[in-house]
Amino acid sequence: MMFRTLFDRDTWQEIFGSIQKNKLRTLITVIGVLWGIFIYITLSGASKGLDNGFERQFEDVAINSLFVWAQRTSIPYDGFRTGRNMQLKLDDQRYLMQRVPQLQYVAPRIARGVFGGNGSSVKRDGKSGAYAVYGDFPILVKIASKDIFDGGRFINQADIDNQRKVCVIGERTQTELFEKDEDPIGDYIQIDDMYFQVIGVHKFSGGGGFENDSDIFIPFTTFKKLYNTGDHVDWFAMAAYDSADVVAVEKDIKVALKVKHRVHPDDERAFGTFNLGEVFNRVKGFSSGMNILSLVVGIATILAGVIGIGNILLISVRERTKELGIRRALGATPSEVRMQIIIESVFLTLVAGILGIILGAFVLAIINVMTADSSSFPYTNPTVPIKYILGALGLMVGLGTLIGLIPAQRAVSIKPIDALREE
Amino acid sequence: MIEIKDIQKSYAMGQNTLHVLKGINFDVAEGEMVAIMGSSGSGKSTLLNILGMLDVADSGSYILDKNPIKNLDETKAAIYRNKFLGFVFQSFNLISYKTALENVMLPLYYQKVARKERQERAQKFLDQVGLGPWATHHPNELSGGQKQRVAIARALVSEPKVLLADEPTGALDSKTSYELMDVLQKINDKGITLLIVTHEEDIANMCKRIVHLRDGVMVEDKKVKQVRASSYVE
Repeated sequence: MMFRTLFDRDTWQEIFGSIQKNKLRTLITVIGVLWGIFIYITLSGASKGLDNGFERQFEDVAINSLFVWAQRTSIPYDGFRTGRNMQLKLDDQRYLMQRVPQLQYVAPRIARGVFGGNGSSVKRDGKSGAYAVYGDFPILVKIASKDIFDGGRFINQADIDNQRKVCVIGERTQTELFEKDEDPIGDYIQIDDMYFQVIGVHKFSGGGGFENDSDIFIPFTTFKKLYNTGDHVDWFAMAAYDSADVVAVEKDIKVALKVKHRVHPDDERAFGTFNLGEVFNRVKGFSSGMNILSLVVGIATILAGVIGIGNILLISVRERTKELGIRRALGATPSEVRMQIIIESVFLTLVAGILGIILGAFVLAIINVMTADSSSFPYTNPTVPIKYILGALGLMVGLGTLIGLIPAQRAVSIKPIDALREE
Repeated sequence: MIEIKDIQKSYAMGQNTLHVLKGINFDVAEGEMVAIMGSSGSGKSTLLNILGMLDVADSGSYILDKNPIKNLDETKAAIYRNKFLGFVFQSFNLISYKTALENVMLPLYYQKVARKERQERAQKFLDQVGLGPWATHHPNELSGGQKQRVAIARALVSEPKVLLADEPTGALDSKTSYELMDVLQKINDKGITLLIVTHEEDIANMCKRIVHLRDGVMVEDKKVKQVRASSYVE
């Protein structure tokens, strides 16, 4: 009975007839639901965009990476006085790998011109500048990937073993030291009066942190020799296995380093750490919070819109009491009348919903185009999964039916004779 | 065609009950044209509503074309109304957003008649009441008499056994009233049974039989010599 009614052209003619009867009211009602679904789509699309944006920000860095550096002690221990300057050493790498098995990679790093102090003076062909110089191992790319332009490469193990004087320069370094049409690969620059062959140019990636587009990377061993830094390490960049609990790993690293460097177990100042994994988890939490928020707000607005439709239909049924009475005098059964009202309700809800989805998609597309060029704004490809859209449509059909039941029941609860008598 | 026995009906009005019909006995043969007269409050409209299954009697029996009408739920009543009865109301009761033709088609829609056939049949009945060319007009573009004729076409389209008219001329001037009665008489000539509630003497005299109600009882039931409305028309 229901499907016959649903696919009957006449049913629709009846429904269009009564919808057209009051175009303005229908329009305003439709806008109510349209607005609800529009807000839902835009919000969840935006929060997905934010999600994607964050992911893009972190894409160059291992998600569960940590950094540890040396500071000064704050508690006297084992015969040492307080305020002792700590120094990380190269052999801490092996030690950490052994003591904290959840660590997948540990990369010792050393740098000049990063945390205060001037960079190294770099010269080429009369052009010069001060740039931050890093001493690195190839393993670094496992933790923070480096995009190298075609034709170049990053530091490899042979560079380390032979203490080669090679360097990877930044995009900005290239534009400042080289002419536009020059290929820097294979050419030489002077770093603190020592000639280095350029082996690669790295792309700047916006991913947080302190690095920028002018940094120069040289092999760790070459750095050590050039600046006579011995076994000193400025900091370790580390990545834990995906399954590891980054907070626990961070704690284990500190405990291990305190034992090795003879620091009081309660001394929280001796080593500084930065836990990107934890930050990432927080950001993730934030964006999943946004998702939930948009879901809740969206559903609430849809609900409000659908209630609006129910309300309008209730008024419309009241206005049409007489008409419905006539229909019943002419032979419409109560179930036919009820069905008509419910189909009207669902139809209005659905049309409004689909229009809202289209409008929402349109706005998301505009936002996407407007934010496409901005690399600092974490917003990429705002989309709404199709199952959410179908879910929203399903929800609207369900709610439309439910809310339609009220006016439908009201329509048939009035006896035709009373309906006709009403003037 | 219609047999009613001892029909009683009362309405509860707060504490009091209003006894509207106090035992009506009444037979109508096929092809009759009966005027039901009475002052307001005499119960004539209630009687018509019970005959039209828009209202249910408290007691008594009602047989329509050999079908006992009892234990009606709304769905059954709707089907009977659709099959056996045509209604004409004082205030026309056309659906304002439908054209004349669509209004006439409506009872057939509830009979699940195919659309094309509905259209043809509705057009035929509109032609019969002389409104063929007005098929696409909406009720607000029609005069009172025209509206009532559309309503008559609508009542006839389902080919009912009995046409029930509640003050069909109540909202019309006398000239239009006579024109309308002419239409109704011609319908009656074709053998359709007509029951007309009216309080106008001249309208009643255009029927073949007059039934008088007063305070819920039938006080008079007489056959009259029918005055042809066509003699007033033109």
